[in-house]
Order: sequence, then C-alpha cells, then structure tokens
Amino acid sequence: MTQSGQYNFAYLDEDTKRMIRRALLKAVAVPGYQVPFASREMPMPYGWGTGGVQVTAACLCPEDVLKVIDQGADDTTNAVSIRRFFQRTAGVAVTERTGEATVIQTRHRIPETPLSEGQILVYQVPIPEPLRFLEPRETETRRMHALEDYGLMHVRLYEDIARHGAIATSYAYPVKVEGRYVMDPSPIPKFDNPKLSDCPALQLFGAGREQRIYALPPHTAVVSLDFEDHPFEPSKADHLCALCGAEDSYLDEVITDDAGGRMFVCSDTDYCAERRAAGHRGDMAAPFEEAGA
Amino acid sequence: MTEQARIRATGPRAQDRPLLQVRGLAKTYGARIGCADVSFDLWPGEVMGIVGESGSGKSTLLNCLAGHLAPDRGEVIFDTRADGPRDTVTMPEPERRMLSRTDWAFVHQNPRDGLRMGVSAGGNVGERLMAVGARHYGDIRATALDWLDRVEIDGGRIDDRPSAFSGGMQQRLQIARNLVTGPRLVFMDEPTGGLDVSVQARLLDLLRGLVRRMGLSAIVVTHDLAVVRLLADRLMVMKSGHVVEQGLTDQVLDDPQHGYTQLLVSSVLQA
Ligand SMILES: Nc1ncnc2c1ncn2[C@@H]1O[C@H](COP(=O)(O)OP(=O)(O)OP(=O)(O)O)[C@@H](O)[C@H]1O
Ligand SMILES: [Mg+2]
Repeated sequence: MTQSGQYNFAYLDEDTKRMIRRALLKAVAVPGYQVPFASREMPMPYGWGTGGVQVTAACLCPEDVLKVIDQGADDTTNAVSIRRFFQRTAGVAVTERTGEATVIQTRHRIPETPLSEGQILVYQVPIPEPLRFLEPRETETRRMHALEDYGLMHVRLYEDIARHGAIATSYAYPVKVEGRYVMDPSPIPKFDNPKLSDCPALQLFGAGREQRIYALPPHTAVVSLDFEDHPFEPSKADHLCALCGAEDSYLDEVITDDAGGRMFVCSDTDYCAERRAAGHRGDMAAPFEEAGA
Repeated sequence: MTEQARIRATGPRAQDRPLLQVRGLAKTYGARIGCADVSFDLWPGEVMGIVGESGSGKSTLLNCLAGHLAPDRGEVIFDTRADGPRDTVTMPEPERRMLSRTDWAFVHQNPRDGLRMGVSAGGNVGERLMAVGARHYGDIRATALDWLDRVEIDGGRIDDRPSAFSGGMQQRLQIARNLVTGPRLVFMDEPTGGLDVSVQARLLDLLRGLVRRMGLSAIVVTHDLAVVRLLADRLMVMKSGHVVEQGLTDQVLDDPQHGYTQLLVSSVLQA
C-alpha cells in the first residue's frame, strides 16, 4: 500500500485493516448481525466517531472521494476534523457533494440525494445494541439475537404508546433486517429509516467504544418495527425549507434571533445548496443569504 | 398465521398420556448432590407439590425440569402440541425457549426475578404475546386488561410500573404475565413465600381458581404444607436430593410412610 507522508495509508496499519475488513466481510455476509472487532485507539475521543473512522480507514483506496457529514452538515467541527484527518493520513480527494463521493462517513443522517451503486455509507454508532434499553446483560441480548427472541423490542414500542399515545421514538428507531436480525440504525431520525431499505449503496456501521461492526449490503430489505394499529411513520417537521423551499427533506429548527425568531432549514447542507444553485428559493432565502454570506 | 393462531389452531391434546414424564433425572454441583434419580409422571390437569427441607433439591429439580439448568443425566419428556412427546433436555435451545414462552410458565418466588421492573404492568403482561407474534396494540392492551382483572389488579394500574405495587400485587402480576399465553404447564418456586399470611391466602385462592378453570398442570415447590394441601393433587417429598415418598397429597399427609415425611408432617402439626 502507498504511504502518505509519515502515515501508513489511511492511518491504520495493514494488519488492523485486515482485521477490520474481515469483520466487515462477515457483517456483509450476515446483514444486521453485530460482529465484534478489536477496536483500536484512535487519535480522537470516543463519541467522536472512532468506530466510523476505523471502518472508513479500512475501506478507503487512494482513488476514493470522501465526504464527511455530522447531522447532515459538512461544516461542523466533527465533520471537518474527520475530513482533515483523512486528507492528512490518506491524501484522498474530498467533496461536499453527495453524488460525487465514493465513501461518505456520517453521524445522525442519511443524505437526501439518493445514493447509488458503488457508494459506501459509513455510520458512526454510539450504542449498537437495540435491546440494551430493556436488557442490560450482554450475554442475554446475544442469546436473544441468536434465538430471534425479539418480544422485548415490541415491549419498548408498547411502552411508548402506553405513555405517549403514539410511538414516540423519533431517532435510532429499531428495524428488522431481511426478516432476521433486529438492528439499531444509529441515531438517525426515523424520517431516514425508509432510505435504509433497498439502498443501492453499501451501508456499514462502526461502534468504536462497543467494538461492533454491522452492515447492510446493497438492496437489503429493512423494515421499521411497528404495530398494525400504530404503523411506522417517517415524520419530520411540517414545514418547507426556509432557504431552498424543499418539502421532502429533513429539517432542523434554527433560532434566528433572541426574540423567538426561528426558521426550518434542510439539515442536509449539500442538498440545500444544490437546490439553491438550481434556482429553488424558500421563504427566507434572500434575507438570510445577505445576512449570512 | 401468527404463532399464537397456529397454537390455537392445533387440535385438542391427548389426555391419555402424561404431559410430562421424568426419568432418572440427576444434577450435581461438583461433589454435592443437587437432585438424584428423580422419576415421575405428571398428567394433564394435575398439580404436583414438591416439599422438603431447605437444601433438599427442590429448586434444582424444578430448574432442571423447566430448562433453566442442564441436568447431568435423565430425560424430561414433554408432550408437545406439534410433535407429541419430546425430550426437552436434548431438544435444541430455540425450541426449548419457544416452549418456555408458550406452553410453559415459570413463577419465581421473588417477583423481581419474574417481572421487568422498568416496564409497565401492561407491558409485562403483553411481553409473551408480543414474543409469539402479537402485533396489534389495541388487542394486546385489551388482553392485558382482562388478565389484570383476572388476577384482581385494578385496570387503572395498567400503566404503572411493578415497583409501585405491593408484594402481593407483584406476585399476581407475575402470574398474569405467565398465564397470558395459555400455557399448559406452570412451574412455581415458592409462589407464596415472602408474603404475609393474609396475602398468601388470597394468592393461593386465586391460584387455585386459575389452575382449576384453565385446567393447568403445575409443579409447585414449597416449604408450606398448607400450600400443597390446598393446591396439589399429588405430593413428592424430597430429602438430600432424593425423592423419599410420593403419592396423593391427602394420603401422604394423613398417612406418611417414610420417617422423614412423618417428621415433616408432625413438625407442622406441632407448630
Ligand atoms: N449453584 C449452586 N452451586 C453449588 N451448589 C448448589 C447450587 N445451587 C444449589 N446447590 C446445592 O444443591 C443442594 C440443593 O439446593 P436447592 O437450592 O435445590 O434446594 P432447595 O430445596 O430449593 O432449598 P430451599 O428450600 O432453601 O430453596 C443444596 O445442597 C445446595 O447447597
Ligand atoms: Mg429453593
């Protein structure tokens, strides 16, 4: 493998990459199954995506084009530092365009622009175990996965409805993969859940602290758990994007002044920018652009 | 078809053979005997009591029967709905687990061991239903309400957590949670232990009513001869891991043959 400055290509030594790739291959072979791996110390704290970074490092090739997002944005501290990390250690090209990227590392979102074949989406995962909430024992959750003993998952949703009148879980919404493993899709909003299913891209999930890797190979069937009389709803704020006017994208609420002013804007900054570049305008596009730019 | 529907759809079970046949069951903990050479039949609708002093192997035996402990030797043959008599000791774990959430129920002495303390009463009762495929919230809730009523818990408490319940209510909730899937065999380890006397009496009364009405078969471990007198058709007396006497409850209690049973009965009468 090529060297980049004083670093081994993409930071990790080749043995570690091999170990992680083995875990990835197993994860792809058994969609939704959590594969243990020997997570390495990375030059960033846990909670900053060490799992995702290791998966990305194990996947990157010199000709890859990398995009990194945090909550949908390319310009947050976390996204910027991870992108810089790979620019320095792998020398790969980077982009903010979803369509141009070959590898996308993400925290908390799936891009709005539909992914395509050949792309890899790498998720940063804090807690990979969807059953953890109700069953703290790892030995027990493993057995439950092995035996498809998933009654507890619905107990969790039942409790939601009993307490709030509806399934209140709005992110990290549990899914069933190919009718077999129940999986935590990482803390993406449930609005993104439908994008998990039948996705042409390869989706990889890395949990650094918990030392787990799991995967959804392209075109895997992913179903969000629900009840017949309380079906899954991929909800979002009932507004248009104030900048680009999009009605189909997940929105963040932004406080604009200290007098209670607020606006809803696309959480996916690239999607929003591309729409504006194509001439789409939201209600507050002009004044915001003047003030912000 | 859901698991539940499939189970309901299967025909009436054979009444002409035992529900459970136990043969030469043994479990040791290192050099110490847990239970040894236990054999008996349990017939459909029959309730068997297991009595004996502390350390005599009652819980060990019960846990081996219920698949919580792997015995060293012996067979536990259960008359399954689908395939008739099967040895549950050698059956693959997924099948045994399926049995333990459908046809079997286990009532622990301490309700904390048998309940999810962080989940509402309704969620506790609904868990087994959901585990076998129930996916209609309204139906699950209606069934949970019905079962709370059957165990004399006010339906208004359905969204409360068990930690807000008294010991007796917790135990009744545990029973509801276990019986909701219509099991055929219930294992109980000191179901009235740890409760005060008036609460015990009410619980026993309730249990007896449920067992009779549902035609349940049950194996009840207890210290308390009053419990077996009230609940059990047949009685097994254990000492040092061995069964020293078994027979019809009244017979064993009124005319004990083994010296140890005589001691046990007389000590209660004197107390
Ligand atoms: N996990 C264990 N490890 C070692 N020995 C054990 C274990 N569990 C039970 N034993 C031993 O096995 C024997 C039978 O114990 P068991 O718990 O079955 O008795 P028991 O009749 O249920 O008693 P109790 O009435 O006090 O509940 C005892 O000698 C006990 O010390
Ligand atoms: Mg015991």
